[in-house]
Amino acid sequence: MGAPVATPPSASPPGRNPAPSGKAAVEGSATWRLSDRIGLAICWALGLLFCAIAIAIVVYLLIQGIKYLRPSMLVTPASAGFAQSETGGFSDALVGTLIVAVMGISMALPIGIAIAVWLVEYGRPAGLARITESTIEAIAGIPSIVLALFGTVIFSSTALGFLSRASGGVVFGRSFFAASAMLSLVALPLVVASTREGLQSIPRHVREASYAVGKTKAATTRRILIPASRPQIATGAMLGLGRIIGDTAIIVVLLGATQNFAPVEGASFPFDYLRGAGTTLTNFVYEASPTGNLNQPQKAYAAAFVLLLMVLALNAAVDAVHRRARKVGAWSS
Amino acid sequence: MELLTPPPPIRRLPLEDAPAARQAPPLSTDAGGDVPSLKHPYGPLSDGTSRGQGGFTGARRSISAPQFSIRRMEIDDVSVSYANREAVKSVSLPVRQGEVLSMIGPSGCGKTTLLRSLNRLTELTSTATLRGRILLDDVDIALIEPTLLRRRVTMVFQQPNPFPMSVFDNIAYVLREQGSRRQRKKTLEPRVHSALDRAGLFEEVKDNLDHPALKLSGGQQQRLCIARALAAEPEVLLLDEPCSALDPQSTQVIEDLIVKLRDDVAVVIVTHNLQQAYRIADHVAFMYLGELVEYNSATALFGSPREQRTQEYVSGAFG
Repeated sequence: MGAPVATPPSASPPGRNPAPSGKAAVEGSATWRLSDRIGLAICWALGLLFCAIAIAIVVYLLIQGIKYLRPSMLVTPASAGFAQSETGGFSDALVGTLIVAVMGISMALPIGIAIAVWLVEYGRPAGLARITESTIEAIAGIPSIVLALFGTVIFSSTALGFLSRASGGVVFGRSFFAASAMLSLVALPLVVASTREGLQSIPRHVREASYAVGKTKAATTRRILIPASRPQIATGAMLGLGRIIGDTAIIVVLLGATQNFAPVEGASFPFDYLRGAGTTLTNFVYEASPTGNLNQPQKAYAAAFVLLLMVLALNAAVDAVHRRARKVGAWSS
Repeated sequence: MELLTPPPPIRRLPLEDAPAARQAPPLSTDAGGDVPSLKHPYGPLSDGTSRGQGGFTGARRSISAPQFSIRRMEIDDVSVSYANREAVKSVSLPVRQGEVLSMIGPSGCGKTTLLRSLNRLTELTSTATLRGRILLDDVDIALIEPTLLRRRVTMVFQQPNPFPMSVFDNIAYVLREQGSRRQRKKTLEPRVHSALDRAGLFEEVKDNLDHPALKLSGGQQQRLCIARALAAEPEVLLLDEPCSALDPQSTQVIEDLIVKLRDDVAVVIVTHNLQQAYRIADHVAFMYLGELVEYNSATALFGSPREQRTQEYVSGAFG
């Protein structure tokens, strides 16, 4: 054979196969470029920093909350007084938060689902769909104080006097109805976005499988598509609820931000309360903080702790929904 | 030359046999009918012929000759185009109950489009237009209301796609009126059970009818989809590559099922697995670039194709 007998073809270049060190060979960042290693270090540092901030907030409020929260605060309404021992609790604010949460989300959920279904499943004419999409995005971007200001214009109109207190031709325009309606706009974009995400994650052949056994588009949407996107809808609802119970601006402007319920005289229950002014936990925290009128920071901490617990509970609920969704399974593509 | 370590394995092509590979080797004569069901879905290799030579040799027919055949559908000079592209060009075919019709051809040859036009699913694509006529029991399907037509001509898809509900509800959904929940579980039970039974799934799931359908195995999911399609009591069952996402065992179970079903419904199956078409089809339609190149009985089409392109495709020269 004339071919030069060089290195046999199977021999590797030196360094390709270092002598086995006994440990399992894994890719380590030791071989990376310096800039990549710095980048990784920054990622780690920032991740740990934000964990630390979140833990600090929760732990601090937990300590303060446990220190100042008395069970009686949850059941006694606020009252006038000179010392913190005389000013009662924040039961009206707690109930107010629950009311706006329930009313706000019960408006945002059906409207949001309907918009998302229309956008994903119909979306014609395409121009209208595009406009709807950008409108939703615009609402998501509007600061809630601007929404609140706009709400005063709407709900102070004479035609909507039945939704709030009206006396002598003047409409007060501040009520649970007004605040909840505007708060539902805060939650709406979140519900639309996550419902759309849910619908879009359903493969096309699943829809076709329903059509292929003779089902109409309406029946498919109602019985297959919406139930299949239930986890995402629930997630959107939870996120929306979080935004509603966390909003302050709309409460201050459109709920009157009183310390107690101010039911409308002469109206029948529950409309007397819903048409009247009120308050929520966020507003109570603001008022009780050193900047507010009440200046009773211990109660601000107690109320903030309750608020935090509600938000954490919502987060836990989102996680639970996702865990359940995984248990049900998904399509292969 | 002496090597220190063995070289990586090389797929050796039988170059010396290359001219022979252009010809489809003759099929063994016993393939016609009474072969018992296969133990291995790709057929035994020990029958003297090797699969590597490009011919159509490994598979065995797993079905016997049809007992009867009734013409249910008639595809009459049908062309389907998407926007400007013609996907199906003037195809005419009969679809018969008592037989399995298989459509084969390379990807993009229009076989799935043709299948989907049989229950007017092509209409869901806004750019699709259909020319020609398709008759179901001598009635033009364009005159049948789509939801009614799709209950008479049901379809099973490539990906198993049970609905995200219980096994029972998957079938019950088909049986109920549009979107209604009116009928009670008790009244639907016999029909649900019989649909599952016809799809050969009842014994496996009878204790778990309340379990989520998406937790079944892939093969069970696909049989559930077949059960769902059968629950509507269709006259024609369309299957679009029903086994392409499944493992060999599940594939064989479903193939046996398809053969069993042919007496109750007309079965049309699209596949690009030639062995599968040969194993289960009575008639085969070979499509290429939107045209129907050849339509014949499976033994004839695979054994002695009339057309040059059929022979090349069947022998593995392209595709």
